[in-house]
Amino acid sequence: MARITMREAISQALMEEMDRDPAVFILGEEVGVWGGTYAVTKGFYDKYGAARVKDTPIAENAIIGAAIGAAMVGQRPVAELMTINFAFSAMDYIVNQAPKLHYMFGGQFKVPLVMRAVGGGGRQLGATHSQTPDAIFAHFPGLIVVSPGTPADAKGLLKSAIRSDNPVLFIEHATMYQTRGEVPEGEYLVPLEKSTVQRPGKDLTIVTYCKGLELSLKAAEELAKTGIEAEIVDLRTLRPLDMQPVLESFKKTNRAIVVEEGWKSYGVGAEVVSRMYESAFDYADAPILRVAQKEVPLPYNRALEQAALPQVADIVAAAQEVMK
Amino acid sequence: MDKEKLLQMYFEMVQIRRLEERGAELYQAGKIGGFMHLYIGQEAVSTGLIAAREPRDRVITAYRDHGVALNCGISANEVMAELLGKVTGTSKGKGGSMHMADTSKNMWGGHAIVGGHLPIASGLALGDQYAGNDNVTLCMFGDGATNIGYFHEALNLAKTWGLRVLWVCENNQYGMGTAVERASAVDEIRQKAEGYGMKNSRVDGMNVLKVYEAARDAIKTVRETGQPYLLEAMTYRFRGHSMGDPERYRQQEEVKKWQENDPIGIFHAYLLGKNFATAAELDALDAKAEADTNTAVEFAEASPEPGMEELFADVYAD
Ligand SMILES: Cc1ncc(C[n+]2csc(CCOP(=O)(O)OP(=O)(O)O)c2C)c(N)n1
Ligand SMILES: [Mg+2]
Repeated sequence: MARITMREAISQALMEEMDRDPAVFILGEEVGVWGGTYAVTKGFYDKYGAARVKDTPIAENAIIGAAIGAAMVGQRPVAELMTINFAFSAMDYIVNQAPKLHYMFGGQFKVPLVMRAVGGGGRQLGATHSQTPDAIFAHFPGLIVVSPGTPADAKGLLKSAIRSDNPVLFIEHATMYQTRGEVPEGEYLVPLEKSTVQRPGKDLTIVTYCKGLELSLKAAEELAKTGIEAEIVDLRTLRPLDMQPVLESFKKTNRAIVVEEGWKSYGVGAEVVSRMYESAFDYADAPILRVAQKEVPLPYNRALEQAALPQVADIVAAAQEVMK
Repeated sequence: MDKEKLLQMYFEMVQIRRLEERGAELYQAGKIGGFMHLYIGQEAVSTGLIAAREPRDRVITAYRDHGVALNCGISANEVMAELLGKVTGTSKGKGGSMHMADTSKNMWGGHAIVGGHLPIASGLALGDQYAGNDNVTLCMFGDGATNIGYFHEALNLAKTWGLRVLWVCENNQYGMGTAVERASAVDEIRQKAEGYGMKNSRVDGMNVLKVYEAARDAIKTVRETGQPYLLEAMTYRFRGHSMGDPERYRQQEEVKKWQENDPIGIFHAYLLGKNFATAAELDALDAKAEADTNTAVEFAEASPEPGMEELFADVYAD
């Protein structure tokens, strides 16, 4: 297995699927000549040409709307939203059209569409360009929302997303493209609707995903030094949500925290924790805590932005609190 | 135009250039973060435009906003402090390069969502219409921004409701790496106003006096008719889209050709040629721009970071 970056893993998945299926094509702002704002599609334009790697106008509604239409007639578009913040400019298509069409027309229309979007804070881009609004999208039935935390999952999940007959929002993190990990070469599929244990442990359960996984793995190392072994469950897909590995872990450890980069209010943690209480209340030895972003729009100033984002130290502190 | 005003315009253009050159250095040195979009090459557009407004006329623009801020009368100190994320900056260090504003100077912000500020510009003009005054809103945006729905909705509303907006498209030929003709159905952006029955014209955006005259006339028309107007300024950015642009989408010869058409050089030659100023006078203005920039960097470096209390301040108005 090769150790490659998240960027390379995503790029590999796209290329393999384009080679496998001529119905797969890419569209988005700066995906072609520029090579992708985050260089994910570098070289694609030369390899596949303008018909399969489409530079679009700055028109998020048209990008997602047209991708939906093409998907309805049997193509498999992969639309790139330069950042997830621009998804708000195409909100009707993402949450009000794509997830509804199959159901509302009695199963006639399929929308095999992937929307790749780059999210996350930490790059001093200011309030409108730094968000982690994943929970908003996960609110809508009919949409699949995926957000990988390792290069291998990114590859395997993206390939599955492209093969899915449903609209998938695939959320990548802007600060994780250089993250390296072992990634199987060639055909490698990860099922879209399965959470997984990324680190085994017996004392406490940390439920997280995407950037939260990176932070939680570091926090687990810190905790291990003090004799606390954390088990980390990576959700990977936010909708539909697979609670089984979470509940299995919690029933073993009886203590848990949920870590997410987005805001706490009405967030991923709120959903996960209520499901844990609903089906495993009797197993709790301590209240389940949430680590999340401070309830402010993200500021530009570096120190303020870092103070607003969840940090390894916050995870360690929350873990110690539930271990008391 | 009087000599004083001409020299002020020259000074502002040089000040933008110097301040941004230092900004680029500070960015490379890691003292400025986030996205920073330089205005270098386009200085004549906002300088000529804003020189033609009355102070009561409002200005709103996109993220390429340092020059606009300076032209509106925001000090170099405050602009530089915002770039460095200091509490003395225009937005207390919480907005950064893309979010300069000062309502006391009628500068209603740099805005980072492409096209997003256009309906807001219609709204500024709506507020003024509602208040019964004849202020004009000057709304600046790029060529790329004319392909998003916001543009079309804002223009339609402004024309239908008779809102006093001067729409100023800075056609610098590219939206990031995408040339106008690769993204827009018509490459003469001003034509888009025709579909909304709106008056429009095109101007050489490298010539500050031509911009000034076109803007002065357009503002007058907007004020008197109570109807919006679209002005397209042909220009070019000499630097990348933002810091760290690999610039694979354009030829260096093309960039060079435009750099020979430097708006500061053109105006410098004009002022000398028409005897509006001596070389020594212009040298003194160059030196002042340099000195002001140095002062601004010192001010910004010495300014405090926003304290942690700023993190939660201003989420809601009191
Ligand atoms: C809705 C939205 N989509 C995409 C972007 C990313 N983006 C920022 S600037 C830009 C190009 C804009 O080009 P143009 O309007 O011509 O302005 P210029 O940068 O040339 O001044 C893009 C695509 C954004 N900020 N907002
Ligand atoms: Mg442009």
